[in-house]
Amino acid sequence: MSDIHQLGVADLAAAIAAKQTSAVEAAHHLLTRAQQHASLGAYLAFNEEATLAQARAADARIAAGERGPLLGVPLAHKDIFVTTDFPTTAGSRMLLGYQSPFNATVVQRLADAGAVTLGKLNCDEFAMGSGNDNSAYAPAHNPWDKQRVPGGSSGGSAAAVAARLVPAATGTDTGGSIRQPASFTGITGIKPTYGRCSRYGMVAFASSLDQAGPMARSAADCALLLSAMAGPDIDRDSTSLDHSAEDYSLALSQPREGASATQPLKGLRIGLPAEFFGAGCAPDVLAAVRAALAEYEKLGATLVDISLPRTELSIPVYYIIAPAEASSNLSRFDGVKFGHRAAQYDDLADMYQKTRSEGFGPEVQRRIMIGTYVLSHGYYDAYYLKAQQIRRLIAQDFQQAFTQCDVIAGPVAPTVAWKIGEKSEDPLANYLADVYTLSTSLAGLPGMSVPAGFGAGRMPVGLQLVGNYFKEGELLRTAHAFQQATDWHLKRPEGF
Amino acid sequence: MNQQVKKEASLLVHGYEVVIGFETHAQLATKSKIFSRAPIAFGAEPNTQACAVDLALPGTLPVMNREAVAHAIRLGLALGSHIAEQSVFARKNYFYPDLPKGYQISQFEIPVVQGGEVSFLLGDEKKTVRLVRAHLEEDAGKSLHEEFHGMSGIDLNRAGTPLLEIVTEPDMRSTAEAVAYAKELHKIVTWIGICDGNMQEGSFRCDANVSVRKPGAPLGTRREIKNLNSFKFMQQAIDYEIRWQIEQIEDGHAIQQATVLFNPDSGETRAMRSKEDAADYRYFPDPDLPPLVVSREWVEQVRADMPELPRQMAQRLVSDYGLPEYDAATLTQSPAMAAYFETAAKTSGQAKLVSNWIMGEVSRRLNAEEKDIADSPVSASQLATLIARIADGTVSNNAAKQVMDVLWSDESSQVDSIIEAKGLKQMNDSCALEAIVDEVMTANSPMVEQFRAGKDKAFNALVGLVMKASKGKANPQQVNDVLKQKLQ
Amino acid sequence: MSLTLTDIGRIAKLARLELDGPHSERMLGQLNGFFDIVEQMNAVDTTGVEPLAHPTAVIDHVSLRLRPDVASEPNNREANQKSAPAVERGLFLVPRVIE
Repeated sequence: MSDIHQLGVADLAAAIAAKQTSAVEAAHHLLTRAQQHASLGAYLAFNEEATLAQARAADARIAAGERGPLLGVPLAHKDIFVTTDFPTTAGSRMLLGYQSPFNATVVQRLADAGAVTLGKLNCDEFAMGSGNDNSAYAPAHNPWDKQRVPGGSSGGSAAAVAARLVPAATGTDTGGSIRQPASFTGITGIKPTYGRCSRYGMVAFASSLDQAGPMARSAADCALLLSAMAGPDIDRDSTSLDHSAEDYSLALSQPREGASATQPLKGLRIGLPAEFFGAGCAPDVLAAVRAALAEYEKLGATLVDISLPRTELSIPVYYIIAPAEASSNLSRFDGVKFGHRAAQYDDLADMYQKTRSEGFGPEVQRRIMIGTYVLSHGYYDAYYLKAQQIRRLIAQDFQQAFTQCDVIAGPVAPTVAWKIGEKSEDPLANYLADVYTLSTSLAGLPGMSVPAGFGAGRMPVGLQLVGNYFKEGELLRTAHAFQQATDWHLKRPEGF
Repeated sequence: MNQQVKKEASLLVHGYEVVIGFETHAQLATKSKIFSRAPIAFGAEPNTQACAVDLALPGTLPVMNREAVAHAIRLGLALGSHIAEQSVFARKNYFYPDLPKGYQISQFEIPVVQGGEVSFLLGDEKKTVRLVRAHLEEDAGKSLHEEFHGMSGIDLNRAGTPLLEIVTEPDMRSTAEAVAYAKELHKIVTWIGICDGNMQEGSFRCDANVSVRKPGAPLGTRREIKNLNSFKFMQQAIDYEIRWQIEQIEDGHAIQQATVLFNPDSGETRAMRSKEDAADYRYFPDPDLPPLVVSREWVEQVRADMPELPRQMAQRLVSDYGLPEYDAATLTQSPAMAAYFETAAKTSGQAKLVSNWIMGEVSRRLNAEEKDIADSPVSASQLATLIARIADGTVSNNAAKQVMDVLWSDESSQVDSIIEAKGLKQMNDSCALEAIVDEVMTANSPMVEQFRAGKDKAFNALVGLVMKASKGKANPQQVNDVLKQKLQ
Repeated sequence: MSLTLTDIGRIAKLARLELDGPHSERMLGQLNGFFDIVEQMNAVDTTGVEPLAHPTAVIDHVSLRLRPDVASEPNNREANQKSAPAVERGLFLVPRVIE
């Protein structure tokens, strides 16, 4: 089979099950393809031996008559998930060559489902960034325009899926790190409710915000991955929620009440927050988003005007809480038990300082400084505590909004993907560009990005859909209906 | 009143009032760590009991041990504290090689155990020390300072061991009171089984906050003596610290707040260098751990399974067995000793006699061999049998001690067979005794005359001679009676 | 209010980061730039608002899960120390620790 790379998760699984190809052939094909497109900077690590071993095991299971939606399907993981078969760097020099003695729960669950891991994907250092240009190793490039960023922090995942290097990948989203790169590269990605997927084995950035999710070429494929990834991790993660996993693919085929063939979303109320459609959003992005919403109306949905009054505030609130937690989470990187240690130092204190200053990049150091400051004596109440209070108000705003609508829709980001290097000298500009994704993360709500057309420079634009807690099924169904009626998600970058 | 004033005055040291508060770290007796499934055992090979979570490897997360919480509840119930329905784990952030995460998971604003008190006898005086709180936290690892070509070695086996930090108000006014408090607390935590109490292994570590002031003056600046791991050192360290502080003040120096270590060799305390820079711990609620909820039902379950506490038991021994306060207090030093007493007292029906023997003969032998009563070669029921034989006049108290010697050295031996074998039975047959008395009287008629002439001393001499003639088997009381009777 | 170089020095020391002159200057500018947008938080009245530490607590009560007290982790020292910078006889080596 020659066009294996064009197949999505479901189609590839079917082809493998039908013996039109094999897990080993698929793995081979995609590993070769990844090498051909190494200049994208999507991958950080491979281990062909381990990959092919997994593939052979999957083929054996198939030969033995076993069937499964992910059996034999090649995937790749954001390098923020620890793995035993591959080094884990979290995009940081601090963890150059780090070998984890265990697999992240999410990695293990996908492996158990028979998925084959191709390698580890590039990301911003410790998932801090929105352009993947904070990777200590190499920037990842956007396959739609290699001069532009693929978004971040899950930039490698987005670039690889968009460039057809892999049918699907894992990502993590702390303030938009799945949704924004998905939007920038024209793929589909979902961040589930906080606590849906285990955080065990995810190198921690901001513990009360981090959440794993799938990135793929369709809502249907995301559903297949999420069904395997989600579910409580009672033994390993105290914040993983006690909600048993669902079969999200099933939700896709379940029609809404009062739905019809022509109007599958009849009765669905889509809330449009005024704050997401203001002057802050670029016209080309707004145009694509409004066109998508018009399509939704054709599908039977009704558009409702709502308000999320504290959207602006989510920027300072998020950039106080996330760095505060990060400053503490990153204290374990001290050159004692693992990772980088400075070559020269005078004494213990000097070893700590040199090790951490050499090992952490500028953005990570910036956030450690902010986080350390807002937690320090005399400032805790004014900053951290205040931010956590406003965080509750923001979460309550969403609950208020969900009394008027079933899902909330708007842009994912104010612009399309920007040029590499354009914002790297201006951290604040990066923070401000997260304005539409942060509040969802602060509230711990599920959100996704669905390809909705193109904007300036023929760069992809994503439509953000936000659901209430545990409504991943409804979100995916809403996205799926749109993708049944449109072909934006099928568009692919030239040369891929 | 006058009495009271004397007491207060007597506590002053060179005119200064001593103020002491305690922070005690009790290592909780659990099988696994507080936030990981790694085992807990003292003295294992370095880092063999530190799992990925304990080492803070990237991606690891804490999962709370239920038994550690149950232990905290037990302490709270034993000390009459409030057990918080909801308490919060916080991160205490600081860098130290034995602290793998760069922060310690502890409880800050809302601890699980709040308030309560510890009461004990200091001499004949009842003292009460109020508790501020007791909170759950994880222990750190250890830095080994032996030479590694100029480096220190870090062993993280102890990292993540569950601790309960028990904090008192500054209620203690003398070294003696402080040590008595520590001993009472040690007794309670071991009694209710939440801590093995092994101070050498660091299972029960005390930090003493010591300050001095002129009576009526505001609290003085305190210095914290860390890791006092024996009652003897505690005594020495606090005494030294009090003298040192008073000297400083008398010489016109102000006391600087400091953390100090006690050096048993020099008998002195010295400030720790590593703690010099004023710490800013940046406490905040640990986002990895939702609030700890303790339901009333759970508290009641634990209460139902609580053992009788030492003070309650002591009161019961007084009321049920008519023991003096002192005996009761002594016999409730440990659950083992109390159980030993009750078994022996019940079977023999001679509570006071049993008490005397435990506090005397048994304790003396145990101490000599540095044994715990749990390992006593003579069982409670054996002691009971022996005491019963004393009570029914079969053997004299002295003979009983000889029986005890045999029992002690040969655990298989039986009380009655020993009495038989050594012929220790008292002669209770009056005819035989009268015969002996007659012999002695005829053989010592001068003495008899002396007695009749009014020399009472002669009587005791005659008793002695009769006892001797009976090879100690005669019942002294009986000898008295028979002699008196015949001498009339 | 705005930060000074002294603050930057103090925070860097707390965070165990080494910032030379130019780095401190740049850091100062960037942090002050950020704290300008933080100012807007002061306008929000949060009296009586409980901080939200665990997102889903906004809809229902979250409480800590407790595990049974079972020691099931085997000794995995070799694998655990695989990426350690300096180990001898199973101990992690660090520059002398002074108490």
